[in-house]
Amino acid sequence: MFPTPIQNYSLTTNIIYRILLGITLFIWLLPLIAVMLTSIRTFEDILVGDYWSWPEETAIISNYTAIFESGKMSRFFLNSVIITLPTVFGTLFLSSMAGYSLAVHKFKLNLLLFCMFIAGNFVPFQILMIPVRMLTIDLGIYNSHFGLIIFHIAFQTGFCTFFLRNFIKELPFELIEAARADGASEWLIYRKIILPLLTPSLAALGVLEFTFIWNDYFWALILTQGDNVKPITIGLDMLRGQWVATYNLIAAGSVLAALPPVIMFFAMQRHFIMGLTFGAVKG
Amino acid sequence: MSFWERNQLKLAPFLFLTPAVSLFLLFVIYPIIDSIWVSFHDWSGVARYALNEDGTYKNFKWVGFQNYIDLFTYDDEFYVSLLNNLKWFIFSLLAIPLGLLLALFLNQNIFGMRYIKSFFYFPFVINAVVIGVIFSWFYNPKYGSLAYLLNIFGLDPIPVLSDEVLATYGIIAASFFPGIAYTMILYITGLTSVSKEMVEAGRIDGASGLTMLWHIIIPQLRPATLIAVVVTIVGALRSFDLIAVMTLGGPWGSTKVLAYKMYEEALFNFRMGYGAAIAVILFLLMSIYIAWFLYRLFKQEKGEK
Repeated sequence: MFPTPIQNYSLTTNIIYRILLGITLFIWLLPLIAVMLTSIRTFEDILVGDYWSWPEETAIISNYTAIFESGKMSRFFLNSVIITLPTVFGTLFLSSMAGYSLAVHKFKLNLLLFCMFIAGNFVPFQILMIPVRMLTIDLGIYNSHFGLIIFHIAFQTGFCTFFLRNFIKELPFELIEAARADGASEWLIYRKIILPLLTPSLAALGVLEFTFIWNDYFWALILTQGDNVKPITIGLDMLRGQWVATYNLIAAGSVLAALPPVIMFFAMQRHFIMGLTFGAVKG
Repeated sequence: MSFWERNQLKLAPFLFLTPAVSLFLLFVIYPIIDSIWVSFHDWSGVARYALNEDGTYKNFKWVGFQNYIDLFTYDDEFYVSLLNNLKWFIFSLLAIPLGLLLALFLNQNIFGMRYIKSFFYFPFVINAVVIGVIFSWFYNPKYGSLAYLLNIFGLDPIPVLSDEVLATYGIIAASFFPGIAYTMILYITGLTSVSKEMVEAGRIDGASGLTMLWHIIIPQLRPATLIAVVVTIVGALRSFDLIAVMTLGGPWGSTKVLAYKMYEEALFNFRMGYGAAIAVILFLLMSIYIAWFLYRLFKQEKGEK
């Protein structure tokens, strides 16, 4: 079909294309539709094993209230928010500063530090598991929001610095030189010239980081223990063990756990795709 | 001129970089080195620096390469995990052509296509726990839709996740859902920059259909393919979440991968040194792959110029 536009084909082909598209989309989304449908089913439906018919009686309100009340989901949800937001802002702040410096300052260790940040992207993060767990215990930040936040910031800074350094490198250097000639300090240049120009990239990285951190499962498993710290990914997994056959509640919990990144994605789709495909076009 | 004004350009890098670099050194670089160090020791994870009366470490005993020797000689599960990582490595790559196929299919300008595309993209942002929940249900031999589908064709349900042979493939298939979404995003973006002139030129030369795709479109998608390959393979070597959510490494350890085995040895069997040795092997495998990859990239770039 590609690269010929579908409009150049006959009407029949056009109709078939659209029908096929609809079917593909339906199959693609079927797993998600099923979860949403299950999340509003009543216990009676679940007991009978009815998963596919359209529910005559829905239990949206009671199911979702149930997961908040008995399942501590509200606590887990809040934990995820407390962990994710500072991580995103902290990472963007540290990596934009580092990226700025690596892009415009000339000093001996520049290339070495840049390579260190790139290499950090590829590390199978499991190799960090044992030492990082021990480190957080020694520092007294094991099983705390702060421990997870600070670790995530450190690890994510590698990718973001790499991304931002390359972006700043593309900006016209004359801008910075002119500001320096006017006597602007480096901090002022970073704050007033670089940051505003970086806004779209920061938005792109921000939504991407939000998704990564919100969806993190491994590090939360390694660095937390108590219900008052666990994020929603771990919380949901735990509840699966407790509510063995109450599929409607597990489904409702799943919808809740998936929702924030999905909303973020639809709200900021353009930025999201820009961050994700960084390099995919230019190479 | 004050001292600050004269030396600002020299001091600035230090000030700008210190926070990021020190955190990175503490939480990424130091742990890598420490993992390697721990892998040569026998340690249960408690009181690392406690000393014996003669000044040697009480709980942290040097054993040389013993952990590695044990892994390679006595541990069958290690080979199972290694083989599973290999399966992940090979089969995950299928997400790339599938993503390309879907991208080509969706790359048309019809009314509402922008929104349709977003619906195809968004499984990518759904976390592994939810994906795991969905596919565990799908495979459920009693209620799952797979059993339902098989029933239509008059077949008996297959308990995928409790079958030693099939379970790993079942989990890899689940990883396709976000995986295909990701490669598709890369390719759809890549397709927007395919040169129209070259397509026209190809058409004049009589290329169409598969020839066009193979000789004109795919070469121009190389940057996207490159990223798709790197990210997919790195993801396959790191795979952990779906296994932890869907099977906990079972049945009978048949779905374990290196990352999962390491996690279990360190945190449940309290064998930190042994776990660290597995982590180091994973790290080496990844390093070899990355080195090979960068080398090829380097050679190709050189060849083109």
